[in-house]
Amino acid sequence: MKIKDIQNEIIDEFYMFDDWMQRYEYMIELGKSLPLIDNQYKTDDNIIKGCQSKVWVHAEMKDDKVVFTADSDAIITKGIITILIRVFSNQTPKDIIEADTAFIDEIGLKEHLSPTRANGLVSMIKQLKMYAIAYQTQIK
Amino acid sequence: MLDVATIRKDFPILSRKVNGNPLVYLDNAATSQTPQQVIDVIVDYYSNYNANIHRGVHTLSQEATDKYEEARKKIQTHFNAEKSHEIIFTSGTTHGINLVANGFASLIQKDDEIIVSALEHHSNIVPWQMLCEKTGATLKVIPMNEEGELVMSDYDNLLSNKTKLVFVNHISNALGTINPIEDIIKKAHQVDAAVLIDGAQACPHIKPDVQKLNVDFYVTSAHKMCGPTGVGMLYGKETWLNKLPPYQGGGEMIAEVTFEKTTYADLPYKFEAGTPNICGGIAFGAAIDYMNSIGFDNITAYENELLIYATKKLLEIEGLRIYGNTDNKTSVISFNVGNIHPYDIGSIVDKLGIAVRTGHHCAQPIMDFYKIPGTVRASFAFYNTFEEIDTFVDAIKRAAQMLS
Repeated sequence: MKIKDIQNEIIDEFYMFDDWMQRYEYMIELGKSLPLIDNQYKTDDNIIKGCQSKVWVHAEMKDDKVVFTADSDAIITKGIITILIRVFSNQTPKDIIEADTAFIDEIGLKEHLSPTRANGLVSMIKQLKMYAIAYQTQIK
Repeated sequence: MLDVATIRKDFPILSRKVNGNPLVYLDNAATSQTPQQVIDVIVDYYSNYNANIHRGVHTLSQEATDKYEEARKKIQTHFNAEKSHEIIFTSGTTHGINLVANGFASLIQKDDEIIVSALEHHSNIVPWQMLCEKTGATLKVIPMNEEGELVMSDYDNLLSNKTKLVFVNHISNALGTINPIEDIIKKAHQVDAAVLIDGAQACPHIKPDVQKLNVDFYVTSAHKMCGPTGVGMLYGKETWLNKLPPYQGGGEMIAEVTFEKTTYADLPYKFEAGTPNICGGIAFGAAIDYMNSIGFDNITAYENELLIYATKKLLEIEGLRIYGNTDNKTSVISFNVGNIHPYDIGSIVDKLGIAVRTGHHCAQPIMDFYKIPGTVRASFAFYNTFEEIDTFVDAIKRAAQMLS
């Protein structure tokens, strides 16, 4: 599925929720699910430091697509990571570079992507794009 | 007893809503809110006498200069400094600390020692590390104990004739601990070391008397005590301020300039290069007037009741742990609930209209001491109410339920 289609699918899912409580409960459920990253990649090198919560990101190339795994020590951050991985993982570097994250506003989680929130998510998205750029350069 | 309902009417922001709920502002240790009396002074300045100071002969400049110097005198009186030129306007606490640290670069030599406390936040550690790098001096740290108090017996052992400067915060921003600065100052003076106290967290709660403390330098920020951001003060004993070289070069701080030589201006202007935050300085004076009209004895007594009440209510929550349990603390509660990440709790209570601080409060060493990523910190001011504490405690319970 294309990035834009996945984003639209997520927006549709979030429309089912009536209020912020339900959205957050859903995020928390996502956050409590299994680790999203292999423990061997949960290293200091892969850590993205926010002031508040930590985020780990690992990337590898499989069949011309970038596969991301990630994790966080805060549950809500981890819930958002789950959504971001669903959007960005298994896509071509070119599509990842060109994708935007405006859908986060639409599902009512904008505040978590504010740079002042210092939760590592803004840097995480930057890092996902950096990996995509690096792989794109290799392809060329 | 304070008439909190009336006091709250002075603060327009306290009646706004956040995410559909009435604002419960419990992040006072980060910045305090501003009463109408101070806002009016800011509006009056820009509406009626905005001008550059200390140089114009025109009426507006005279009026602005008079008000600015009047504010300096208010600050002098409030902190009981002997002379008004011992009060230097700064952009805030961090600026004041850097000014002193920079000045000591010329007074400190290799193998000298500087003592700081384990309860400092980053902005209080970095300037001294930079000073040590520059001079070859060594940084020593007074350790803290589990209760969040400084270990004073270790301080005694750190002091020696190598000690040139001791730097401690009056009250810890992360835990609220009131440090025994009288004792710290007295002992430092026995080995002829100077003492700089960071009063940013103290000045909203108590009224320090710099002469009685016999402190060499004391710094604070206006925005923690109902004033605007971007302005603060450095108190320095005249003898010390005369010893320190100027920090920044520019207008205001010079007496005479030729290309061969510049003569610096007298105190306090030697340290006030460039056009200052004139409006901020004047509003700082108004904030001090406002706080004194409430009365610091009243503030301290009421905030202590809020602290006792909130501590009791919070501890009823299962798995809640408070960090910093000394008897001698201000109205700051730093805590975690079980293993729940403070960021998660902060995100949920924000949705409920409650402003608290989460994270390491720029005091990573303290968090490392307790081996935690951070805490949720609620800090109370004299305009907070017991009802707000109830709302806050309910919100924490709700967040804990959602997250566990």
